[in-house]
Amino acid sequence: MIDKKIVQHIADLSRLSLSDEETEEFAHQLASILGYVEQLDKVDTSNVEPTALVAPARDPLRQDEPTPSLPPDKLLQNGPKVKNGYFAVPKVINQ
Amino acid sequence: MTFLTEPAAGTAAQCRRGTVTARELVKRALDRIAAQDGALHAFISTQPEAALYRAEYLDKLPLAARESMPLFGIPVAVKDNIVTAGVATTCASKILENFVPPYDATVVEALVAAGAVIVGKTNLDEFAMGSSTENSYFGATRNPNNPDHIPGGSSGGSAAAVAAGMVPLALGSDTGGSIRQPCCHCGCVGLKPTYGRVSRYGLVAFASSLDQIGPIASDVRDIGLLLSVLSVPDKRDSTCAGKQFTDSDDLYAGAVNGLAVGVPKEYFAQGLSPEVRGPIESLLARLAQAGCKTVPVSLPNLGYGIATYYIVCTAEASSNLARYDGVKYGYRSANPKSLIDMYRTTRREGFGAEVKRRIMLGTYVLSSGYYDAYYLKAARVRTLIARDFDNAFTQCDAVVSPVAPAPAFRIGEKCNDPLQMYLTDIYTVSANLAGIPGISVPCGKADGIPVGVQFMAPKWREDTLLKLGFATQELTKSKQLG
Repeated sequence: MIDKKIVQHIADLSRLSLSDEETEEFAHQLASILGYVEQLDKVDTSNVEPTALVAPARDPLRQDEPTPSLPPDKLLQNGPKVKNGYFAVPKVINQ
Repeated sequence: MTFLTEPAAGTAAQCRRGTVTARELVKRALDRIAAQDGALHAFISTQPEAALYRAEYLDKLPLAARESMPLFGIPVAVKDNIVTAGVATTCASKILENFVPPYDATVVEALVAAGAVIVGKTNLDEFAMGSSTENSYFGATRNPNNPDHIPGGSSGGSAAAVAAGMVPLALGSDTGGSIRQPCCHCGCVGLKPTYGRVSRYGLVAFASSLDQIGPIASDVRDIGLLLSVLSVPDKRDSTCAGKQFTDSDDLYAGAVNGLAVGVPKEYFAQGLSPEVRGPIESLLARLAQAGCKTVPVSLPNLGYGIATYYIVCTAEASSNLARYDGVKYGYRSANPKSLIDMYRTTRREGFGAEVKRRIMLGTYVLSSGYYDAYYLKAARVRTLIARDFDNAFTQCDAVVSPVAPAPAFRIGEKCNDPLQMYLTDIYTVSANLAGIPGISVPCGKADGIPVGVQFMAPKWREDTLLKLGFATQELTKSKQLG
């Protein structure tokens, strides 16, 4: 059963903070969607392999050769906060 | 001649010869966008100056250099989840509102190499999550046939831009019907290629095992032309099979004699509106007169498509969207208290409701204790759905189906019930789960709103879809005019 406590736990795992109204709404909506998908229980899947990806039978291999890549300054251009050529984030370690 | 509503192949040929300039074509597209897009909102952004600059560059190219450019001078719109170097790519999300990619997607490089001119980036449901283009941070797109109705989604901007004659060609992406369904609702043609046909490099990932980029056009022949351009081999996407599509006039000779079209009884069961059933049944009768064989087939696991799809796609989305953390690009919440707080508030403020809902659902089905019951179970049913198609294709060359259960609904009609919205994807999600190609072609109208038909074929048989699609286009032409 999906209750507000589970929704809060999932939000934590998802790194989302939710308002009380959102928590309430998601509890209701997720319960409805999960109730619907439970119909899969009726399908006999014993001896059926799962499909994660419909793709070529073998991953293609290539030579391990250096090729040009984007310069750091171009990649840093979109950083919301950049300092001394690095992405800056709030302090993680307190002494 | 407006050029914008005529087959692009012919227009490009005229432009190569110099009968019309690229500048003239691009100017016409930009004028039409300026005149219409205030009401339709198909575009998130346009790049008029860059487009005209590029058109002028093309006009200076010597004739010999133009020969290898099948889309020479053609204005094209690109869905705003496909990255364009130096041009904002927002995914219709606040979290990427100011993201300016430093590189081009492979398909964008391919368009440029083919001589096309990108005029703008089109609207979509945020991160392509939706079936109506109502979930855009920048506001909904409207259906050009009736602005009170949705254009479909998630590639609603691209479909509306083509259907309204703003551009002859556009790119969309299709994870569970996001090309085919808006084309059906707007009245244009859209193809979801075989998984692995078109490189996904530079397509912002939603559900990586389902996503494909594909062509949108007014004319079936342009779908083949554009697919041949888009399907360039690409080492940067390990799922790109390197099977470039070869277009051929033979596909458009109208000969469907001897082709066997499978009619799955499950697709025409209850839940299908008579407004959709009517035009498809009348089309099937015409195809039979033209020499097609119709064969009854069965896809017994069809009914499980939606449940399977919404587990698989949300699981993949929750993983793919973990990258939006406010560190490397995009929006970051102001004044976070800590690193974790920064992640949480950035994502709370940056994502819209549907995206959050799918991240939550995906996280749930992948979480400890639920993985086997939900994700793994869905992955096994996915195998059965793919097998159903394999079995059907032993009896037929293609399977016919509706694209959507009813014509485009009114804006706002299904906004409050996500499950009701998901259920409208019933006819399109299976092709993504099975990795097979599907085409959506207009075949009639109901109260002025277009109705489409879908054909699906075995992997790599887009040629069959184009044959059937062209025959559909020809057989329903007179009817649509009347």
